[in-house]
Amino acid sequence: MTAPRDFKYVGTRPIRHDGVDKVTGRASYGADAAWPGMLHGFVLRSPHAHARIVSIDTGAAEAVPGVHAVITGKDLPETTATIALGEAAIDLRDIGDNVLAKTKTLYHGHAVAAVAATTIDIAREAAAAIEVVYDVLEPVTGIDRALGAGAPILHPALVTKGAAGPDAGGPTNIASRMELKRGDVDAGFAEADLVVEREFRTPMVHQGYIEPHACIARCGEDGRAVVWCTTQGPFVVRDACAAIVGLDPANVKVVPSEIGGGFGGKIVVYLEPLALALARKARRPVKIVMGRDDVFRATGPTSGSKVRVKLGAKRDGTIVAASASLWYEAGAYAGSPVGAGAMCMLAAYKVPNFFIEAYDVVVNKPKVAAYRAPGSPIAAFAVESVVDEIARELKIDPIELRLMNANAEGDRAPYGPKYGPIGLAQILEAARAHPHWRAPLGANQGRGFAVGFWFNAGMNSSATVTLNSDGSAAVVTGNPDIGGTRAAQAMMAAEELGIPVERVRSNVGDTDGSGFTDVTGGSRVCYATGMAVIRAAEDAREQLRARAATIWNVSKDAVGWENGRAIPPAGTEKASPMTVAELTAKMTQTGGPIVGRASLYAPMAGPAFGAHICDLEVDPETGRSRIVRYTAFQDVGKAVHPSYVEGQMQGGVAQGIGWALNEEYIYSADGVMENAGFLDYRMPVASDLPMIETVIVEVANPLHPYGVRGVGEVPIVPPLAAVANAMRDATGIRFTELPLSPPRVLEAIEAAAAVPVEA
Amino acid sequence: MARVHLPSGLTRHTGGVETVDVDAARVPDLIAALRDLFPQIADRLEEMAVAIDGEIYADPGYQPLRADSEVHLVPRIAGG
Repeated sequence: MTAPRDFKYVGTRPIRHDGVDKVTGRASYGADAAWPGMLHGFVLRSPHAHARIVSIDTGAAEAVPGVHAVITGKDLPETTATIALGEAAIDLRDIGDNVLAKTKTLYHGHAVAAVAATTIDIAREAAAAIEVVYDVLEPVTGIDRALGAGAPILHPALVTKGAAGPDAGGPTNIASRMELKRGDVDAGFAEADLVVEREFRTPMVHQGYIEPHACIARCGEDGRAVVWCTTQGPFVVRDACAAIVGLDPANVKVVPSEIGGGFGGKIVVYLEPLALALARKARRPVKIVMGRDDVFRATGPTSGSKVRVKLGAKRDGTIVAASASLWYEAGAYAGSPVGAGAMCMLAAYKVPNFFIEAYDVVVNKPKVAAYRAPGSPIAAFAVESVVDEIARELKIDPIELRLMNANAEGDRAPYGPKYGPIGLAQILEAARAHPHWRAPLGANQGRGFAVGFWFNAGMNSSATVTLNSDGSAAVVTGNPDIGGTRAAQAMMAAEELGIPVERVRSNVGDTDGSGFTDVTGGSRVCYATGMAVIRAAEDAREQLRARAATIWNVSKDAVGWENGRAIPPAGTEKASPMTVAELTAKMTQTGGPIVGRASLYAPMAGPAFGAHICDLEVDPETGRSRIVRYTAFQDVGKAVHPSYVEGQMQGGVAQGIGWALNEEYIYSADGVMENAGFLDYRMPVASDLPMIETVIVEVANPLHPYGVRGVGEVPIVPPLAAVANAMRDATGIRFTELPLSPPRVLEAIEAAAAVPVEA
Repeated sequence: MARVHLPSGLTRHTGGVETVDVDAARVPDLIAALRDLFPQIADRLEEMAVAIDGEIYADPGYQPLRADSEVHLVPRIAGG
């Protein structure tokens, strides 16, 4: 149980340990490595969204001077292995086929061959000389086509997991079905005074990390391999590469570079097995760097979706029934986040009667990957839009309506278990009391409100804390630092040891230099790996107490510890408190080096909620809108470094606003992505957004010694609905399809013959 | 006896049974007991996360159970 504690470093805002290297350009990212004898790799990709590979002739490519290796799907062994990936196991057969197509190409940009040559130009020229004969098939370009009569089938052997009876058999494009239910839905709706039902659609969108995928790999004559890459999970890369390429994982070391954003999209492997297979064949290091167009076409965005939601409420605002159907695009292989969407969508509300069904649908688009709270933003867009409709119809303040129906500690989550301490009511009350909620709006402006939920992960983490003879410390974990975790870990170690945070050096280890650690993802690092750091520091502190006991010739149990000093037992002659530096100066004389270590498996961190207020202004002449004010409230448990917590909240909001207003994968009828670049795939930049205000609420998580809950994913959940609700307020039009791009908004305004109206 | 709540998607395979009391000291004992009771869902049991008294374990391993533990089987979640 978390006890109130006065912190010295936790909750302060020290300069991040990796900051200077990053702002001066000294930090090394995925594409920054160069090894002696290095070759350059290029990947040949399918121009067709759906095609059978009839033949691949690499003879002409191999004859190009400067080419050292060419590989196709036949060079990678079939594997049926699965590995733990984040919170779920993944099928490496699909991952391997995604890395290099074996019999069919399943999306525009699917890799079919790869070349390693002395220069990138030679590799590109050789790739162009590869002759691939395709039998082009009709593509499945969306959910409706995937489910329609006579739809082409992506995977003939696919059956619907989780379905019963005749629905379960193939051939089908529905990979799985799941459901959640509680109470009597029909009776619930019969009890309702107001029923609102809407159908929502969202397009496929990309995480948009600034750094493209990049790696360099070598494989020696002894079979020992090294991969340097930008990744959220070096241990995942190690295990996936070994299985896909056919190596012993014990012979593969993965060194994570600095990472320029991931958001879930840098958990899965794309280039690394290809570089490794090419390096093995060429017997020279091979480097591959993706262009932005390939990042869009051939890595994992998040699902496009169709969601139908129906809510029933009493006249007083009590929500009494809900039903929902969700269909999420998985891309080319099974595995969308639709289950998470189903579990999240009613997490905020006490709904006594509900039925939710969720379908995972394969389509001829890139296989989706995780993207910040995977599945939850899509579901929240639907539910929070309908909740907004109910508030309007019943003329109840939107925050008041949510407070009336809010889940609290002891209530049952829609997926079953009872909630522990959660901060939903606290963030709603903070929002209601905030000046933003009552601030006047200008002409053509509207205000929207929405809440969002995410589970927050736990899983495996390891840490070591090594003390130096000068009293400084070095922390090593296996989590690449995306959101400021080096600083947070240093602060936690400093807190436990009682030494200045600047005296703690925080490091990201490779797969040989750190204990096994799950991915940087799931909002888990500050919580789970942080807990490992705290325990490792405690371990080091206990060793320091033992060393003090040796010096004072007393029992360790008699040695106290206060404010970073060992305290001698009362009555000990000539003994005075010793600092960490005084104790570590005598390490050699008292038993040798001190290394604290800890490894743990943590349960999921505990649910977290966010609430967002969005003010938006729309130009009725053009349909263009801009966000004029935005405030995000979030229960984070405990903010270790508040600046990075605020940064996570602001970053999630920025991505959510982009998803709401402009971002979308645009496909031609034959399944070709037409906007694979930042010029045509419009993400918000700094000049598009106002200062995003943040309000941190701290309801301690009892599973963590400081109360940390996890931060990074919740803030992307509410913006889609908050923006759409603001648009409704500004225009009087309920938009049910994203993005709210100028053409779509203008068309709706003109169709409604409406001018912006006041609420 | 731990009270186990089965996800609604599985209850069509359990004859409509939504909750069942199981005498088990640890999670593997509980899973084994459920497999015996409902062999039709044996494969699905391996894929579920387990919530024990509100704490969700993606991989529950050998977690102990109290005599009055409330257990929910829930789908595993992937985070970003």
